[in-house]
Amino acid sequence: MTGKLILKDGSIFNGNSFGFEESAAGEVVFSTGMVGYPESFTDPSYQGQILILTYPLIGNYGVSDKKYWESNGLKISGLIVSNYIDTPSHFQSKGSLSDWLKSEKIPALEISDTRLLTEKIRNKGTMLGKIILKNNIAFYDPAKDNLLEKVSIKKVETLGIGNKTILMLDCGAKANIQRCILKRNVKLIIVPYNFDPFKNKINFDGILISNGPGDPKTAIQTIKIIKKSIERKIPTFGICLGNQILALATGGDTQKLKFGHRSQNQPCILEGTKRCFITTQNHGFEVNKIPPGFKPWFTNVNDKSNEGIMHKKLPFMSVQFHPEAAAGPVDTEWIFDEFIKRL
Amino acid sequence: MRNIKKILILGSGALKIGEAGEFDYSGSQAIKALREEGIRTVLVNPNIATIQTSKFLADTVYFLPINKFFVEKIIEKEKPNGILLSFGGQTALNCGLELNRSGVLKKYNVEVLGTQISGIKLTEDRHKFAEHLRKINIPVPPSCTATTIKQTLQSAEKIGYPIMVRSSFALGGQGSGIAKDEEELKKIAQTAFSFVKQILVEKYLYHYKEIEYEIVRDKDDNCIAVCNMENMDPLGIHTGESIVIAPSQTLNNFEYHALRDAAIKIVRSLNIIGECNVQYALNPYPQTPKSSDGGQTQPNGEIEYYVIEVNARLSRSSALASKATGYPLAYVAAKLALGKNLTEIKNKVTQITSACFEPALDYVVVKIPRWDINKFKKADEKIGSSMKSVGEVMGIGRRFEESYQKAIRMLDLEIEGATSEFIYNKNKTLKDYLKIPTPKRMFAISQALREKITVEEIYKLTGIDPWFLNRIKYIVDEESSIPKDIKKITKEKLLLLKKIGVSDKRIGELAKTTGLEIRKLRKKLKIIPSVFQIDTLAGEFPAKTNYLYLTYNGQHNDVKPQKKSGVIVLGSGPYRIGSSVEFDWTCVNTAINLRRYNKKSIIVNCNPETVSTDYDISDRLYFEELTFERIADIYDFENPYGVIISVGGQTPNNRAFSLKSYGANILGTDPSNIEIAEDRSKFSKLLDDIDVIQPPWDKFTTEQGALNFVEKVGFPVLIRPSFVLSGTLMRVCYTKEELLNFIKEATLISKEYPITISKFIVYAKEIEFDAVALKGEIKASVISDHVENAGVHSGDATIVLPPQRIYLETQRKIEQIAQKLASALSISGPFNIQYLAKNNEVQVIEINLRASRTLPFISKVTGVDFAALCVDAFFGKNNPALDLKINDFVAVKVAQFSFARLTGADPLLHVEMSSTGEVACFGEDLEEAFLKGELAVGGKIPEKGIFISLGGDENKIRFLDNAKDLAKLNLPIFATEKTAEFLKRNKIKAKVLYKIHEHKPPTLLDYLQKGKIDLAINLVDSHIKKDIDDDYAIRRAAVDNNVPLFTNFRKAELFIRAITRKKISELLIKSWDDYVGNN
Repeated sequence: MTGKLILKDGSIFNGNSFGFEESAAGEVVFSTGMVGYPESFTDPSYQGQILILTYPLIGNYGVSDKKYWESNGLKISGLIVSNYIDTPSHFQSKGSLSDWLKSEKIPALEISDTRLLTEKIRNKGTMLGKIILKNNIAFYDPAKDNLLEKVSIKKVETLGIGNKTILMLDCGAKANIQRCILKRNVKLIIVPYNFDPFKNKINFDGILISNGPGDPKTAIQTIKIIKKSIERKIPTFGICLGNQILALATGGDTQKLKFGHRSQNQPCILEGTKRCFITTQNHGFEVNKIPPGFKPWFTNVNDKSNEGIMHKKLPFMSVQFHPEAAAGPVDTEWIFDEFIKRL
Repeated sequence: MRNIKKILILGSGALKIGEAGEFDYSGSQAIKALREEGIRTVLVNPNIATIQTSKFLADTVYFLPINKFFVEKIIEKEKPNGILLSFGGQTALNCGLELNRSGVLKKYNVEVLGTQISGIKLTEDRHKFAEHLRKINIPVPPSCTATTIKQTLQSAEKIGYPIMVRSSFALGGQGSGIAKDEEELKKIAQTAFSFVKQILVEKYLYHYKEIEYEIVRDKDDNCIAVCNMENMDPLGIHTGESIVIAPSQTLNNFEYHALRDAAIKIVRSLNIIGECNVQYALNPYPQTPKSSDGGQTQPNGEIEYYVIEVNARLSRSSALASKATGYPLAYVAAKLALGKNLTEIKNKVTQITSACFEPALDYVVVKIPRWDINKFKKADEKIGSSMKSVGEVMGIGRRFEESYQKAIRMLDLEIEGATSEFIYNKNKTLKDYLKIPTPKRMFAISQALREKITVEEIYKLTGIDPWFLNRIKYIVDEESSIPKDIKKITKEKLLLLKKIGVSDKRIGELAKTTGLEIRKLRKKLKIIPSVFQIDTLAGEFPAKTNYLYLTYNGQHNDVKPQKKSGVIVLGSGPYRIGSSVEFDWTCVNTAINLRRYNKKSIIVNCNPETVSTDYDISDRLYFEELTFERIADIYDFENPYGVIISVGGQTPNNRAFSLKSYGANILGTDPSNIEIAEDRSKFSKLLDDIDVIQPPWDKFTTEQGALNFVEKVGFPVLIRPSFVLSGTLMRVCYTKEELLNFIKEATLISKEYPITISKFIVYAKEIEFDAVALKGEIKASVISDHVENAGVHSGDATIVLPPQRIYLETQRKIEQIAQKLASALSISGPFNIQYLAKNNEVQVIEINLRASRTLPFISKVTGVDFAALCVDAFFGKNNPALDLKINDFVAVKVAQFSFARLTGADPLLHVEMSSTGEVACFGEDLEEAFLKGELAVGGKIPEKGIFISLGGDENKIRFLDNAKDLAKLNLPIFATEKTAEFLKRNKIKAKVLYKIHEHKPPTLLDYLQKGKIDLAINLVDSHIKKDIDDDYAIRRAAVDNNVPLFTNFRKAELFIRAITRKKISELLIKSWDDYVGNN
């Protein structure tokens, strides 16, 4: 079956369908990472988005067991690749990507010239789009939706044991954040994005604001909770969306990037040093005003955008990239240690 | 940055198997990086055909051997502050270690820049390195080091067979191998110990994946993985012999990053500053590894890998990674060696982002080695853990099938793609071809798939991951449904076939029509390839890159055509016997000279080892096939001023006629005249018309015709097909029986060309004539002569400039004939004529209307850039004719052979070319220049003993004076029984060593293995057949034991004259400028 990708600017791309054969709409973004498609597709930050992968061969190693995913299922709204490979080869593969997409009802198209799509988005910015397979449907703007509600857990969950406890506000957390924390022998309490721990009298040593989809300014409830924790001088650590939320909660500001950073090769310099780290990123917004009392922690070497902030005196810190990687380089996992040290 | 003003760079010398063009690329980039910083560069590299030894790169060049003796003297003279050891392969590294060990660097206060000696030394000692890795918790295969055969066998017993033998300090895995049992192990170890003192005996990891990472690190500990690569062939086949794909295809995120992380850990532990390559074995079906031997259990227990090799320097793989990603690894490594931080270096491709990043690819590259094993008599075609390939190509595309099939065509073997029908030896089965890796295995796979052998079964036999096999199967399946009638081919079908890299010609073959008809149909249906950029960031940033490829998996072009401001320069394709770096030099210099005519250069080439494919050489680079189809596609898109086909060797030259017919504007000599020169009948007629003599010859389609002719002219005769590249299939025959046998073989291989037979003239001099003409008028020319008499291929011959044994009268005749030919063929551009001279009579062997192999040599020796003259001729610039005279020095070009690599190959020189590279050195006289040259290709001045074996009376008598000279060296002389008798009769003491088959002590083999011989001379009479196998055994034994061998009388004579008249200490340490002057 063939289908169409229609972009808001009116351009149309034809392709072969290899996923679920129903139309879908969302925001169209591209990622340049070369490995880790199961990790990316299950990353809740992609909620509401149609993902274009610039690496042309996708499906090579099939789909692994759920325990390796970043969430309980596919989070992308649709998928565009140049060349879908239907003959996976890997000892961990439990099935093909196509079967997975079909079973989770996610449409996918093979459009040869993903480079043209990428250049279009790079030049015109992220735009809305829809994959049309059977019936035409309307465009859908995920920014108008409460995405956090869709990806956050519904009730409190406690994991692991340890002398210290981290409370994670789940705005759509990738599973590897959890793995990174548990492997450091820290107890983890995962709560919904709008769960106020101060009302609920939970004991913990620090707060982690996870990654997640959408515009940070819509995360009003989470920002409110963080404002409280900041007042109480509780060690706070934000990742990606969490970085933006921390900034907004402390008087900083955020703005939408033209086409975002979605890749596994972003160089970030640790401020005040000559050390540069290669990071995984997946975000469409950036912190453009550092909150008072904070200093830049990391800066992107390519476009000089802020990649992390740290309070000058208090244990508040956050990064725009993903120290938990998955997919991508694991060079900044030490950041978890930095936070845990301060609990 | 430190205050460093002058840096010494060591090159890698002549191209050889395992160390080839990639180091011209890395050295050239390093020099550029240093020059930008205002540092003076002094380069030692006797390889005169390289681009790095050009005026526009290194400030001072020494065409001298890269060893401690010469480099110390250069250091003494030049007094550099720093030295770079990582840019000239193993040769430079070994020399650097020796300079350090002997205290030379300390004495002259020369700082090693980049990775320090301690780190390098650690990676070079396998035992210490394994210990080191275990300490930092990185798994290495269970292994033991051994220094004796006995120890080797004991270790193997402990580890269990099969066993992998690896030798330290060896180029490209020389002396390595896989042994299934004690017998095989003994053999491999024996060879290895003749090159090295210590070997590593390790567990052979059967059918593991082989994965590589290229890591860059700066002094501030910033580390990046520029590229990872996956070998399609499983472990056990040297990475230089493997089909390699970048990035890896069958690794998931966890594996990819676990290995990346381990590589970074290793690089940090070695304190690498610059570039480092890490090679892994990865189990496709991981088991819990043993912890006792350093294996570690990963947190999730789902990866099992071992480090198998680390190169703490730029390598063949890093050159490939550089071209695969567009990331200039060598350039960056040189900057880091100066103490720069990665973030301070700009991404040369995008010009706006930092070099501190990891390239994201939106395409895939496939590298395939080019082998020429069949050019060597008796050589074993099996490939394995040591290198035999002589070059490589890299296909770029957006599907594996596209890249893979492009790469296969790039090999320039007239194979149309992955599915080409495969001719196999009748006494081997298809399964043999799958199981035993050879250059033919690629085609056995598609044949097997056609024969419905399952992917699973092929995997079991080959160890090639099913992922790759399924992709090949896809091609086979799609091809099987091509309609046998062009009218029935749909647009969808044709587009799909093009997307998976099937050539027009192949589609034509299967649809019972021609490639040109398919091309017409394709253009009618608007199925034309897109032009894509390689931008290192997968389109994330707008890039200014000029690095391009074509793909059918696209619908837009990233660039606009150059139109009439552009000129296409066709490169040489893969390095191979007969075509290598010399053509890249000409190609690069031609491209550079186009600027003088306000033209933009558009280079087309497909060889990742070359400088011509570097990011800043041309205005536009198409990393593409040199097939007619692809060149025509580029021509259609660019619509350029013209195309240059005569500076890249025979491959582009072969496209002259088809491109001309297509309507391309060919700059230079008209292709119809090229055809006259290439077609022996037409050329012969031309020679007759202008009254020039040639050896009697004729063309035959029947045996009887051939025999009649030979009866008339008499033996020996030279036999060859009409279209010749480096003497393929050429042979001198001395008897009727030999002739008939050869005809049988040759016609079987190449039936579209009739057999040509010419009289072979013995004891004739062979002379090279190189020139550039404009509209038939010679503008500059150079005559050089061969040391060897005719019968040794000109690519293997020792070539002397100015010529030493040509009479003035002969010279005049040569020039007259050349002018006649230039006029008759209305030559505009480069050409080369090979002459025979005997008894004051000059005959023409052949003419090539293109730049010859000798062009960089004559350019650098005369100081006149012949490539610039070629470009002038292409644009019709009427220069005054140059009179080139060399009076005060002699330059000698000496061939480099790689016989030791080619198991079983007979090292006897003959009419077919067998050298893999060359050097050229200068001297006050022939002897000095030759001695330097010989030392530069691995020769040694004998210090232990000399072995002489002279076949037949004629050789004995001819050699007598030389033997007397050798006797004066007061070294023990050994000889075969008859030769010893002869020498004794002539009052030369010689100890008899028995031939290998005589099984009588003392044997030659024994003395060779014990290192008692360091010069072997084996002269045979080609007519005498009876002893030939035994002489072959002698030659092979010398080569296998790394003992310099001379098989040509005239070359041996010159060597003996040189070592008996010159002392090494008297050889002058003079730079290129000291000889040729700074012009």
